[in-house]
Amino acid sequence: MKKSLTKVTMLVLMLFVLGIVAGCGGNAGDGGGDAADIPIGINCELSGGVASYGTNAYSGAELAVEQINAAGGVLGKQLRIVKRDNKSLAEEAASVSASMVEEGIVAQVGPLVSSNVQACTPILMESQIPLIAPAATATNVTVNKNDKTFDYIFRVCFIDPFQGTLMARFAKDDLNAKTAVIYKDTSSDYAKGLAEYFKKTFEADGGTILTEEGFVKDDRDFKATLTKIKTKNPDFIYVPGYYQEVAPLLKQARELGITIPIGGGDGWDSPDMLKVAGPAALNNSFFTNHYSSQDKDPKIVSFVDTFKAKYNKEPDAFAALGYDSVQILVQAIKDAGEADPVKIKDALANIKDFEGITGKMTIDEQHNPVKAGVILEYKDGNQVMNTRIQP
Amino acid sequence: MLEFLQQIINGLSLGAIYALIALGYTMVYGIINLINFAHGDIMMIGAYVGFFSVSILGSNIWVAMLFAMITCAVLGVVIEKIAYRPLRNSTRIAALITAIGVSLFLEYTTIFLLGPNQRVFPSEVFPMETYNVMGMLVSNKEIFIFVSAVILMLILQYIIKKTKTGKAMRAVSVDQEAAVLMGISVDRTISITFAIGSALAAAAGVMVGIYYNTINPLMGIIPGLKAFVAAVLGGIGIVPGAMVGGFLMGILETLVSGYGSSLYRDAVAFGVLILILIIKPTGLFGKNTGEKV
Repeated sequence: MKKSLTKVTMLVLMLFVLGIVAGCGGNAGDGGGDAADIPIGINCELSGGVASYGTNAYSGAELAVEQINAAGGVLGKQLRIVKRDNKSLAEEAASVSASMVEEGIVAQVGPLVSSNVQACTPILMESQIPLIAPAATATNVTVNKNDKTFDYIFRVCFIDPFQGTLMARFAKDDLNAKTAVIYKDTSSDYAKGLAEYFKKTFEADGGTILTEEGFVKDDRDFKATLTKIKTKNPDFIYVPGYYQEVAPLLKQARELGITIPIGGGDGWDSPDMLKVAGPAALNNSFFTNHYSSQDKDPKIVSFVDTFKAKYNKEPDAFAALGYDSVQILVQAIKDAGEADPVKIKDALANIKDFEGITGKMTIDEQHNPVKAGVILEYKDGNQVMNTRIQP
Repeated sequence: MLEFLQQIINGLSLGAIYALIALGYTMVYGIINLINFAHGDIMMIGAYVGFFSVSILGSNIWVAMLFAMITCAVLGVVIEKIAYRPLRNSTRIAALITAIGVSLFLEYTTIFLLGPNQRVFPSEVFPMETYNVMGMLVSNKEIFIFVSAVILMLILQYIIKKTKTGKAMRAVSVDQEAAVLMGISVDRTISITFAIGSALAAAAGVMVGIYYNTINPLMGIIPGLKAFVAAVLGGIGIVPGAMVGGFLMGILETLVSGYGSSLYRDAVAFGVLILILIIKPTGLFGKNTGEKV
């Protein structure tokens, strides 16, 4: 009995050692390619809960890499994508990051969701590889809790407070709203952040917030609160939240005869809005977003056309942000003069007036881009660009 | 005043849904003293069956509802046979934990098979119309939900009070052993109870699908919990109590959102549960002895 057990242990040990040796061999082979091309890691949510964010951002990034390689690459070298799926899970995001660092990537693009980016932060900080987050909008992605900037973490999207500010200005200036009600998703930090800055700006500009109401994730019945809001008779209702709750909320608001403009943030951006609420209920509603695929800017038109030709779908904001992440990285590699992670980091921190699809960006000292946002309006079921607001 | 009446209308349609789900809780509890935590998820399955019969088979809403009720009745009987019957003579906590297990099983099997994303109930199945009654806005959906819930409850009352099966259910709930001695098949009666309770939940599921337009695999959790509170409020195990409890919960929630603050709505709902358990654990309709189904 004892003997056979030892045998089994030996066998397992041998297999284990073999595995390690084989693994080493593989890594050495990958690492050997450093002279020929520039490996960039793309760590996206390709499956799981928010798969649509990751899939679209990956398509955008892939398109950018293809275009750059077709034009001769960067500094005479071709870009090589190292693609990994983090399954929309934070722990998975961290572990695929670690494996890509092993493979010798010079920078990582993604993940999309703020919490997944935060899971990767320690690994990239330690191995001194820059990370570009396409769409992580939470304030504490690029700074730690003492407000100190993470040297290697960057992003190309605007942050939550900006969206609230933007919508407040739009409501005040373009919709001539004097009074507003906030009806926010109290179970989400994102929505609370938007609401806070909406309130600050709206009140600072002389508007009045009549009342603040709240709902929580998975709520489906909003009629009681909406009936109450209706009696307050505001000029505008601000509803920061995600489309799952906002769509039925808008529908019920219109059913109760609330016809005033309603606004929200980029969490509204989903085809489900139209399917659930219907085109009529969405009329006279507005939301802030990173870009609009209907923008008539020639750069955007050409991006939209190429993207459509390749993937046969409309590029959403995530696709545009994925594209911009790769483009800004390439700009940084050019500025740095070589594909060295530490030098790329320094170059990224100094990016000024970079012309992206989602607008002109300058990276500030907290590694956030200073850029414009757009207001989209629903008109008979279509998202129409209403206006672009500079920061 | 107008606003108040509008809030009552909002509350009645929400309450009708709670009441239908609460009935299933209370019937099962009355007969085998089990809180069937999988009940909210049976409602979810009902909503999905309704969704697929509308979107794939193209049936109208009545056929879809009937189809969902039959499927869930069978599902309820199967769950009882597989999960609860072997535990009938073990401790109550064992059955309770099994019920939680069944609930998770239903939720995550649905996620595995159909994906976690929400699905949109086709709106053309039930075109929306809104009527203005003396300044109050009432939609045909609200009328549909309220009326069909009341009809289903009347049918249920008829079955329990006037039929042989109902008599058997009442007998089993009073004393199982004595019921066996009287020649009542306890297994069969319990199966029927599960079938009826699950069918009512399925009807509620289809109504939720129509009313809120979307369904998802975890949609049963919150309504299930609220309906559970409603059942306890009315007196768990007592059928009229569940109906009244359901409507009370619905109206209470709307009034809290409407006149207090929407932020405290759920706190009030579950606060009611705590208060009832402290002050009158048998519920509004509860007596110390008496008939239970």
